Amino acid sequence: MSDVYVLGVDMIKFGRFPDRTVPNIGAEAALMALDDAGLTIKDMQAMYCGNLGQANAMVGQRILQEIGQTGIPVVNCANACATGATAFREAWMSIKAGMYDVVLAVGVEQMGKGLLGGAGGGDGIPKEGLLGSGTMPCVFAEAGMEHSSKYGTTFKQFAKISVKNHHHSTLNPKAMYQIETPLDDVMNAEMISYPNTKLMCSVNVDGSAAAVLVSEKKAKELGMQRAIKVRASALASDPFTDRDLVMPDVNACTRIAVKDAYEQAGLGAEDLNLVELHDCFATAEMLHYENLGLCKDGEAGMMIDEGHVELGGKIPVNVSGGLLSKGHPLGATGIANIYEVCSHLRDEAGKRQVEGAKIGMTHVIGLGTACAIHILEKP
Amino acid sequence: MYLNYKKNLFQCYLKHKYFYGGNKNMLPAVDYLIVPDKGDPYLEGHKCNVCGAMFLGERTVCSKCFARDKMSKVKLSNDGTLYSYSIVYRSFPGIDVPYISALVDLEDGGTVKGNLINVEPDPDNVDFGMKVKVVYGDALGRKDKDGNSYMSYFFEPA
Repeated sequence: MSDVYVLGVDMIKFGRFPDRTVPNIGAEAALMALDDAGLTIKDMQAMYCGNLGQANAMVGQRILQEIGQTGIPVVNCANACATGATAFREAWMSIKAGMYDVVLAVGVEQMGKGLLGGAGGGDGIPKEGLLGSGTMPCVFAEAGMEHSSKYGTTFKQFAKISVKNHHHSTLNPKAMYQIETPLDDVMNAEMISYPNTKLMCSVNVDGSAAAVLVSEKKAKELGMQRAIKVRASALASDPFTDRDLVMPDVNACTRIAVKDAYEQAGLGAEDLNLVELHDCFATAEMLHYENLGLCKDGEAGMMIDEGHVELGGKIPVNVSGGLLSKGHPLGATGIANIYEVCSHLRDEAGKRQVEGAKIGMTHVIGLGTACAIHILEKP
Repeated sequence: MYLNYKKNLFQCYLKHKYFYGGNKNMLPAVDYLIVPDKGDPYLEGHKCNVCGAMFLGERTVCSKCFARDKMSKVKLSNDGTLYSYSIVYRSFPGIDVPYISALVDLEDGGTVKGNLINVEPDPDNVDFGMKVKVVYGDALGRKDKDGNSYMSYFFEPA
């Protein structure tokens, strides 16, 4: 099977674009990725498009209606917050399978503001606030509090993650926000669902990101100077765990996916230079230090206390600003974090550059549950 | 402080907490809550006879061990311990806050989610592993579009 490379990749600056359409926002990133690869839509042999909000509305084809209708196969996919990464992975698989040499993957979302989560639909009466809460800040707070129960993790430690990611975002011109949020500001912000304050919840934004993936043969033909090798692409769903029915388990499926990813790549956490992981809430980031093997179980609080996960630290996490400050357009997030890691591996990340970065990891979780992990390498 | 305890909105639960005194015309809020015509309401689990996995709601296949047609109905315990929780301050419009969203491991198996009541919603008052009991009462006065009343369940400190 051919190795697969990212030849072009880009994202738009995340923001709120209520006057634009989903395909229009997606088309912008698609054109940017094509330009980055030095190719045109005529060169693409297939397209995989990730979008959640209009999953039944042929977003991929509508993007091509904006940038060039060449008759290629288009697949639209939805996989909760792992949607963009899943589209990228499908593109990767199609090249691995030997079907194509040049494939476009696009992720796009238009979000609007407000709380995400199930209000408990179905017949009868609403369950929200009657049988606990199905809001995302609460679901991820409960997952974080499980960690507190096991290891004594504190509100302050969770809050420090948000301080870190907001600080990182001040170095990223494509982040939704570029503001410092000192610890007091984070801890005293409006409490949404303890221990997650408003500044510890990801930002609902509109955004898009896209990548051009190519086979090794094509990469060599077109020039390897800025190509990034996909060392691993892993996708897992949630295995049965005892509290499944009331507590979505974001840990078990991450551990399955990361084990697969490390095996595919033939390396371990100690070989990574940076990680973009799914910090949909500050409580979530804490769990994934351990799930991804960046530290031992029970050491996540120490990782943030000691600064190991900051830019300049042992293993910088979410130097883009993460979902907490860069923003979280659900369908775009998975490709946006691939863009971030590629920027570092190409030594093009500007002020937030992780010096000498050779290998990086991206991780997303879609509740329900899907986990997608990619390991990328500077060839 | 970020918490506005003074509002003490947990009182709203007390106001709505009409304890069980006859189930006539009360519908269960969820399908795993059984409200018999006579006798006490209870929570029902579906347990796999092969691997012991516990589920809420009727099913035929075990998603843990994949056994088919090996499910038995079991009456779940009203005694449990708090596994995890969050205190919810922002919910959907019309939902009274703050309240404690709690995950409770029941004795003899099964984990259920619900509101922990009769505890001031403050992390200092909530301890992991605390003993709780399942209590049954009116579903906070919520009615469906046909005007039917519902029975639900809550947790309170044992």
